[in-house]
Amino acid sequence: MSGHADSGKNYLNESHGIMSWLFTLDHKRIGIMYLIGVTTMFFMGGIFALLVRTELFTPGPTIMMHDTYNQMFTLHGAVMVFLVIIPSIPASLGNFFLPIMLGQKDVAFPKLNLASFHLWVVGAIFFLITLATGGLETGWTFYTPYSSTTTQSNVTSAVMGAFILGFSSIFTGLNFIVTVHKMRAPGMTWFKMPLFLWAIYGTAIIQVLATPVLGITLLMLIVETTMKIGIFDPKLGGDPVMFQHFFWFYSHPAVYIMILPAFGVISELFTTFSRKEVFGYKFIAVSSLAIAFLGFLVWGHHMFTSGQSKLASTIFSAITFTIAAPTAIKIFNWLTTMYKGDIRLNTPMWYALGFLELFGIGGLTGLFLSTMATDVHLHDTYFVVAHFHFVMVGSALFAFVGGIFYWWPKMFGVMYNDTLGKVGCFLAISGFNITFFPQFIAGTQGMPRRYFNYLPEFQIYHQISTVGAYMMLIAFLTIGYCLVSSLFSGKKAPMNPWGGATFEWQTPSPPPMHNFNYTPVHVGGPYDVHLYEYDEATGDWVKKPEPKKEETKEPVVAAK
Amino acid sequence: MFLAEAASGVVPGTGGGVWFPPQNSTIAKDVDWLFFYVYWLSVIFFFIVIGSAAYFVMKYRHRGPNSPKADHTFTHSTALELIWTIIPCTFLVPMFYWGFTGYMDLRTPPAGAYEIRVTGMKWQWLFTYPNGVVIDKLLVPKGQAVKLTMTSEDVLHCVFIPVFRVKQDVVPGRYTNLWFNATEAGEFNLFCAEYCGTKHSDMHTTVLVVAPEDFAKMLEELDNKRPTETEAEWGKAQFAKFGCGQCHSIDGKTGIGPTFKIDAEHGFGSTRKLIDGKDQVMDENYVHESILNPLAKVRAGFAPVMPPYQGRAKDKHIKAIIEYMKTLK
Repeated sequence: MSGHADSGKNYLNESHGIMSWLFTLDHKRIGIMYLIGVTTMFFMGGIFALLVRTELFTPGPTIMMHDTYNQMFTLHGAVMVFLVIIPSIPASLGNFFLPIMLGQKDVAFPKLNLASFHLWVVGAIFFLITLATGGLETGWTFYTPYSSTTTQSNVTSAVMGAFILGFSSIFTGLNFIVTVHKMRAPGMTWFKMPLFLWAIYGTAIIQVLATPVLGITLLMLIVETTMKIGIFDPKLGGDPVMFQHFFWFYSHPAVYIMILPAFGVISELFTTFSRKEVFGYKFIAVSSLAIAFLGFLVWGHHMFTSGQSKLASTIFSAITFTIAAPTAIKIFNWLTTMYKGDIRLNTPMWYALGFLELFGIGGLTGLFLSTMATDVHLHDTYFVVAHFHFVMVGSALFAFVGGIFYWWPKMFGVMYNDTLGKVGCFLAISGFNITFFPQFIAGTQGMPRRYFNYLPEFQIYHQISTVGAYMMLIAFLTIGYCLVSSLFSGKKAPMNPWGGATFEWQTPSPPPMHNFNYTPVHVGGPYDVHLYEYDEATGDWVKKPEPKKEETKEPVVAAK
Repeated sequence: MFLAEAASGVVPGTGGGVWFPPQNSTIAKDVDWLFFYVYWLSVIFFFIVIGSAAYFVMKYRHRGPNSPKADHTFTHSTALELIWTIIPCTFLVPMFYWGFTGYMDLRTPPAGAYEIRVTGMKWQWLFTYPNGVVIDKLLVPKGQAVKLTMTSEDVLHCVFIPVFRVKQDVVPGRYTNLWFNATEAGEFNLFCAEYCGTKHSDMHTTVLVVAPEDFAKMLEELDNKRPTETEAEWGKAQFAKFGCGQCHSIDGKTGIGPTFKIDAEHGFGSTRKLIDGKDQVMDENYVHESILNPLAKVRAGFAPVMPPYQGRAKDKHIKAIIEYMKTLK
């Protein structure tokens, strides 16, 4: 495994021009385009969030009026959920690394992959049209009959956008499922796959099975709004609670579309930076599928106060608690991975450690909400707002950023300033806690969510939150600067800067057009990180010669 | 608009702790107890996770070339997996069970509870009492079980009374209910917790808990004009309370009934044709009669569909509504 098999050609400079990107079939370029798209949308959703937080600095009008505020929180939610977090890890990092980690040249259906990106762009355009033609003020949940009767905004175009994004998500999921089933490198059995792929695989199953229900629901909503056929609106003979069942049948599994890939990234980080095979590999792998499966059976826990039957609520509560088990398994296994490790505290590992704190709080506060008697008080208050931000932002989004820092040298072939990366991470996590922890208290005190106006006794919590939000702005600017500046002035990245044992670290940074200069063959366990040694001179980790026995079927680097 | 009310001494989180407003229902202490069971378990588990992570990072951190290598032999243990699956589960089972029993208590009104009907509409609450009185604050007797039977006129709303620890969506087209038994007299917040459009956050009122012996008198009083209001202002509230605006617009549009915006043919003081061909001036007597017995003199061009308000609207309400109608220029 000698040095950098670098012919100077890689996927970034293989061909030039905007068309070579927009119509590429290369999964890496598609992944990078998703990364850019998702980041742009994150910037937009972030601006909405800052406007919301600024408005809430004082009760009553601060910088805007009711209707504008209602649009801001709706667009913040819709953009962040549909355009940022759902596609974030699977569509960008997943697209880039799934084929490489399987030792393949591409996904099973490269054209379908491109189509799903194009659909994502079309969906995003629909959201921009919504913005330009009256906005959206229904809340991202589109609850009926409000959404089917409001005339203040353009519900139809937003719903069409979400519908199209759903197809993008289904296509990506389908592609990944087939690729994982059919295209693993020789020697890579199911239980030798990296855990990131198990997580992406579980996610893909949810995307394919749950997203059609969202599509159908949104179509029914359009039919009701435009043709006045009664489905959800009681004035037309429909049932508004049925909409909530349909909506959460997708949107709860969607929570796992967001968090499962994050679990996958965190598993990679803990094993690489602890220099130790991940603890309890099989339990983590199988728990991903268990969570994906159970995630389908708990949607009713969003509806304990909706008027659904007591029996239904009870069953949903019981099943919800069962998800705690596979989740706890993952946490304890990550912890034990560090035990007797040789822990390297680079920026990605800071994100992994931060994840334990943020997901710890996010996960545990879920218990208060699955316990029915306490949920009745906490439902639709800031407690819920804080809980799901800890899970979706603190856990899913920060794991995404951690994953970007982990794979950045591979994707772009440059090293960023590690110290600056850590500063950004620290600011982001501190800012996040300052923003959202006070909201737990405000929630138990009775502060309802989606409020433009509030009683003065809640002001202190809102003001702390707002300060934290601006800290997060500084943090994300720092993070952005750290990453972007590395593109211009970063040191050239070696093949394996962190000592990872998965396939992506056995090809040059950035990878060549076809990913590998040889045909990769998997040997040994899923995470033989202990076989790699740091080479001070090159900053690269190289594989030690096999200690004994095993017939050396080592990957052969193609001759240049 | 409710900020002024709050400033006048309503309800801040006094008496409660960091985590909750004061308890003021028979069920609140059970809810809070369960909350703190989950809370302390969470705190303990959180510090186990964070504590061991911090310890491992300190102990096993790479400290340079002489740092010991990772021990790559310890990679799985079914016994450990079982331990850290089963131990948390033993805490989760009671959590579910108490959550379930508490929920059943919250959702099952005792027999003989005092019933109040609740109507949610954009962006107002109305409370209808068994004697027909309709008010916009929730007045309840202390120490007695009260059951709210609720529905919505338009979109989803949600009654949320933090000090009682109760919350229930109010759904158009069906009845939902919740119940509580208040333990302390006073005035407390009632919020709308389900997003319902522009003034969702202003859909706020208060719950007044009074001693049972004061209840009837207080109910009568709440149905009177407040000293700070003008007759016309109070009339506007009555107009909304009785739902007049659902058929009679105030902006000139013709609805199920004629508009009350004043011009030559509409509104107070105008002259209209009745279905029997006679002319009728809309004066105090005509409005009074038409509210109590709408079918006596029906305006030409409109269907005789208005329900009689005899027994529901009293003279004081009608007088105030007339004053309000006079302002609709």
